[in-house]
Amino acid sequence: MNAYLIKGARPLGGDPVDILLKDGRIAAIGDSLAATGAEVVEAAGLIALPGLVDLHTHLREPGREDAETVETGSRAAALGGFTAVHAMANTDPVADTAGVVEQVWRLGQEAGLVDVVPVGAVTVGLKGERLAELGAMADSAARVRVFSDDGHCVADPALMRRALEYVKAFDGVVAQHAEEPRLTVGAQMHEGDRSASLGLTGWPAAAEEAIIARDVLLAEHVGARLHVCHVSTAGSVEILRWAKSRGVQVTAEVTPHHLLLTDACAESYDPVFKVNPPLRTDADVEALRAGLADGTIDVVGTDHAPHAVEDKESEWAQARPGMLGLEQALSVVIETMVEPGRLDWAGVADRMSVRPAAIGRLADHGRPLAPGEPANLVLVDATARASVDPAALASRSRNSPYAGRELPGRVVATFLRGVPTVLDGKAQK
Amino acid sequence: MKRHLLEAADLDRDDATLVLDTAAQIDQALAGREVKKLPTLRGRTVVNLFYEDSTRTRISFELAAKRLSADVINFSAKGSSVSKGESLKDTALTLEAMGADAVVVRHWASGAPHRLAHWVRGSVVNAGDGTHEHPTQALLDAYTIRQRLGRLEGVRVAVVGDVLHSRVARSNVGLLHTLGAEVTLVAPPTLLPVGVGSWPAEVSYDLDAVLPKVDVVMMLRVQAERMNASFFPSAREYSRRYGLDARRMGALHDDAIVMHPGPMNRGMEIAAEVADSARSTIVEQVANGVSTRMAVLYLLLGGSPQ
Repeated sequence: MNAYLIKGARPLGGDPVDILLKDGRIAAIGDSLAATGAEVVEAAGLIALPGLVDLHTHLREPGREDAETVETGSRAAALGGFTAVHAMANTDPVADTAGVVEQVWRLGQEAGLVDVVPVGAVTVGLKGERLAELGAMADSAARVRVFSDDGHCVADPALMRRALEYVKAFDGVVAQHAEEPRLTVGAQMHEGDRSASLGLTGWPAAAEEAIIARDVLLAEHVGARLHVCHVSTAGSVEILRWAKSRGVQVTAEVTPHHLLLTDACAESYDPVFKVNPPLRTDADVEALRAGLADGTIDVVGTDHAPHAVEDKESEWAQARPGMLGLEQALSVVIETMVEPGRLDWAGVADRMSVRPAAIGRLADHGRPLAPGEPANLVLVDATARASVDPAALASRSRNSPYAGRELPGRVVATFLRGVPTVLDGKAQK
Repeated sequence: MKRHLLEAADLDRDDATLVLDTAAQIDQALAGREVKKLPTLRGRTVVNLFYEDSTRTRISFELAAKRLSADVINFSAKGSSVSKGESLKDTALTLEAMGADAVVVRHWASGAPHRLAHWVRGSVVNAGDGTHEHPTQALLDAYTIRQRLGRLEGVRVAVVGDVLHSRVARSNVGLLHTLGAEVTLVAPPTLLPVGVGSWPAEVSYDLDAVLPKVDVVMMLRVQAERMNASFFPSAREYSRRYGLDARRMGALHDDAIVMHPGPMNRGMEIAAEVADSARSTIVEQVANGVSTRMAVLYLLLGGSPQ
């Protein structure tokens, strides 16, 4: 059977309706729909959103299958309400050739839980020295449109300029990890009052802001698309606001953890809170929320970064940076944006589905909930609250910064092209 | 007292005073004795876990534990399972299984003793972690100041040098503030952390202006290699602006003392004639280090009333 009748869901938080999914598409939306042969999904009170799209996911395969695989990461994504995720290029081997991106893409197809969209490296081996074969990756079966050396900054300004220019040929976008490397040698956490007393080497906000300022000028100069990954500081939001006011083709992303957590977490010295860019101050968190609310920041990207236990159960300086995000992203957005009234459900759909799909040029995602559209959608119980238990996560890793924290929102069902990947909060494969 | 001594903030004023008073009692008890040993910690095991070479601190802790009759095991990261990749947690669990009552840890990573404290049941004593803290150094410094000047309340202390990378400075700022002293940090701006403004201390870039106003000058070790990272232009310029030489020492008032946690760079941050002068407490600091660490181990392991 390939038909589902969703009863009484509220599209973007509006009035309850029935939604009929058939043959991969939304067949009808209306009151008291009847469809013989369709499986009924009771959704009274649930919010219906277009399937979420993540521009920033680390799936670790190939190379670190002990931390995550395309399959386990896809399952975590589906449980988080995602129907498409962009798999970052910093695998081993690096996704800097058509061969590697096609492998990741194929693994995603086989897992069949979300559309896994590979991101291609900008430079060979993420070394920041020369361009990878961007055109070959764009032309491959994986149809790469987003290019990023994430984890590393494309620090060389001339190389960054060329990358921005070159990807215009196939409507690509360079997603920059904004970090001036000379300013962050040995950096462990946000540089400020807390790094001073904790004796951890500081990561100054200016190291991010300087690169964003440079890159928006370059993007303007060459008329190219720029996407800024994981914006973390109030100053960055200001620069982006200025650039957008000038018409620069720049988009920006904020992670769930930067919307919720601050550098106070480092006081535990628990490396589960070590992340790059680092957790910042209350003032930065406030500026990021405001930027996401007014659209200066376009999207929420998870920067889901699974790490094996031994890479986190160590000294702070020894631990790898990064934290899980796929399964709690929507909950964090509800907590920080929806419940305080800063974003309505249409806003959530825009920042977590419509805009990321547009940036990644994904035709079948981020579409309106309307008849004839691809049946990629998620049903959310916004009123449910639960405490996060890392052991219960679908990810192969356990490095959730939200362990023990109560968060709102539960993904009840996710549909990918009309097929449920999650039902009753459980992954379907 | 708390179970662990990880940073100066673990000691409130009463606790810190108790440590200093206990150290003084220990000094009195041992004064003039031929056998400098107390039976207090007989049967207890103290592990010195050193991930960083520090002969002075390790010997000081070893002597302190031995003078309290504890069994002492020295676990050096070099040439051990640690250098073969054993994690801090696995090492901690090993020490735990061996029944360590206290682990004295020196580590290159800030916060490593905090992590260790999660994994062992015994007491953890921070013997210096990265650029974070070195609380027993601050205790011995406070003990030395009190011994020389008779008080800590209202004593004006200048801490001079590489504050940014100094665990000694962080612990001293915290502990001296707790004990009522007034600290002024003196350094070139490059060697002060961003965020120093939130510390309970004054900040000055001008050593000559500060010297006449203080009772204690505490010089910090400055590594000449820092100039390669442009923290200052040259060792000579550093020494000229922030080194304590005989001329500058002359600006101190008569009773002021000069301290240094060691090891010293003679000719860099401190001139030989200053280090060897009557104002210098450098040798006393070493001796006081043993009594203060005895007091800490005694209070953490055996002597607490509860």
